[in-house]
Amino acid sequence: MFDALLINLRVQGLKVGVSEWLRFLDGMKKGLATDLEQLYALGRCVLVHSEADYDSYDLAFAATFEGVTLSPKIKEAFELWLQDPKLFDEARESGIHDFSSLEELMEAMNKTLAEQKERHDGGNRWVGTGGTSPWGHSGRANMGVRVGGSGGGRTAVRVAEERRWKNYRQDISLDVRDFKVALRALRHLIREGALSLDIDDTIDKTCKNAGEIELIFRKERANRVRLVLLMDSGGSMNPHTALVSRLFSAATESKFFKSFDHYYFHNCVYQWLYKDFENYDRVLSSEVLRDLTHEHRLIFIGDASMANWELMSPGFAFSKDQRRGIDWLQAFAKKCPGSIWLNPDPQRFWNHPTVRAIGDTFEMFPLTIEGLRDGIQFLKAPR
Amino acid sequence: MKTQSASFEQFSGTSEYISDDSLSAAVNASSVLQRPLLVKGEPGTGKTLLAHAVSDALGMELLTWHIKSTTKAIEGLYVYDVVQRLNDARFSEGDVSDIRKYIRFGPLGQALRSDKRVVLLIDEVDKADLEFPNDLLRELDEMKFHIPELNETVTAVHRPIVIITSNAEKELPDAFLRRCVFHYIDFPDRDRLRKIVSVHHPDLSEQLVASAMEKFYQVRNRPGIRKKPSTSEFLDWLTVLASAGVDSKVLSSAMPFAGVLLKQEQDLASPGSSRSEGW
Repeated sequence: MFDALLINLRVQGLKVGVSEWLRFLDGMKKGLATDLEQLYALGRCVLVHSEADYDSYDLAFAATFEGVTLSPKIKEAFELWLQDPKLFDEARESGIHDFSSLEELMEAMNKTLAEQKERHDGGNRWVGTGGTSPWGHSGRANMGVRVGGSGGGRTAVRVAEERRWKNYRQDISLDVRDFKVALRALRHLIREGALSLDIDDTIDKTCKNAGEIELIFRKERANRVRLVLLMDSGGSMNPHTALVSRLFSAATESKFFKSFDHYYFHNCVYQWLYKDFENYDRVLSSEVLRDLTHEHRLIFIGDASMANWELMSPGFAFSKDQRRGIDWLQAFAKKCPGSIWLNPDPQRFWNHPTVRAIGDTFEMFPLTIEGLRDGIQFLKAPR
Repeated sequence: MKTQSASFEQFSGTSEYISDDSLSAAVNASSVLQRPLLVKGEPGTGKTLLAHAVSDALGMELLTWHIKSTTKAIEGLYVYDVVQRLNDARFSEGDVSDIRKYIRFGPLGQALRSDKRVVLLIDEVDKADLEFPNDLLRELDEMKFHIPELNETVTAVHRPIVIITSNAEKELPDAFLRRCVFHYIDFPDRDRLRKIVSVHHPDLSEQLVASAMEKFYQVRNRPGIRKKPSTSEFLDWLTVLASAGVDSKVLSSAMPFAGVLLKQEQDLASPGSSRSEGW
């Protein structure tokens, strides 16, 4: 039943590593969990590292212990469980495929617990990292030892079933701060900030000066990234206004970029980019393009869906310039390889001709925390 | 069903600090498993106070390491005051051959060197540089560190209880998280908040507390609020209300001293927060 918890956690996408799992078992061995409530609390604080994952933990816990009758003496049940080889047969019967690694894990576990030391630090993970667990959802919770007697263990399951941490899930909540945290990863540090004392050089210089002290200062590290945000506005983007404005405030408030600029466009970039639509405050796209350097990183935000001719026809947007929308985008992508496109539409809508065309030009990521994070990773080392 | 008395020192809050089961469990797990406890939560939910409470409850000395944006990991262990030594050497002051004289131990260094088990609070770890937690991995893991200047290794005789707080301003590295026991202090529900209030303001009238709490949760749950007021702000507000002698009936229609609760201009300006419109 305890291994069922591990499996359920991994089914929920929590990457519980061997070292944490051993720590959890160690905690049980040391008497930290004498009833199901304590087991719930112990597991949560040892196996979960973010409130965003509390909900997944609750789901896994409920799935594991729902309907399981537990002896009040969990520790004994646990020790019994450790010694019971029949368990593996049951596990095999209930269709666990990767049995050998389970066996290995158990062996490592027994050994480690016997030694009372953790030897598996360093984050080596058990079978498959990306949450591609070979086990299905069904049938697993039935397996496990049933130790006689009825415990008062239902409460913890009920707590778990309440799912009070649902709102903390990362795939749901998106805040300015979440965006900020993600943006913070975007940096390229070089020495050009404030001066600080360089002790090594000072000593070196002083020695060469025969003891006459000479202080050497060196510049501190500063971020070199210049960020430009280009946002599609109006029309089909209206439902996403709140989300985009949150990303915009996060970027504006993030003081750690060397420079930050933002522009708006309708549907696609044409001859002009707008600082402010209402006041008709605009700049030539070609000038923006001209001023881009290798330090610039561009983030386009838009749903990228439009009529085909808006992207592919020359002379659109009432200008003498005959360049098509796609030409402009390609020019930006060429000048600045560190560019990404964030799309607020869910990925299932991306199978649209213009979305595909723009997706061929820029790396496209969904406008979610995960998407932004992946995007930033790309921006840090653009191909 | 709390059976057999456990063989380790157990934390369950103090008379001044109200803990809940899961928080106590996390503290105990951290103490028994000898892993740092990482505490996250909204500002004002008592993360820092937890360390004080643990130190009080278990009767251990508390060492505090406040992290700033410029803090470097090594400073927590020790600082080798090389400039002082250089200066002393230049002007022939003191015995410069004794490097030990110029080594000053930081909070983490002191905690590891202590001959008693202590509580170490690493406060607001997320204020520091993104790489900061990674620089501490080995020291927190093995509870020992090497001083190359002295060619000495300091190993903890008694592994300290390490409590690390974070406001989630920065994300902490995965490797660091994996080594910690984690607890998220959720905002207290009504029952717990009432308990906390009774600890801090034992002599307030039941009515005032009840209507103030009602108002407080309304404010917190108002959609679009930028900075949700937290426990500490609520306690401040109660102090102000009590000392100004505000009647509990006033609270049903107005919100005096809203500035104590709401720190953002936009929140104060939003309808009904400071005027007597009621919502």
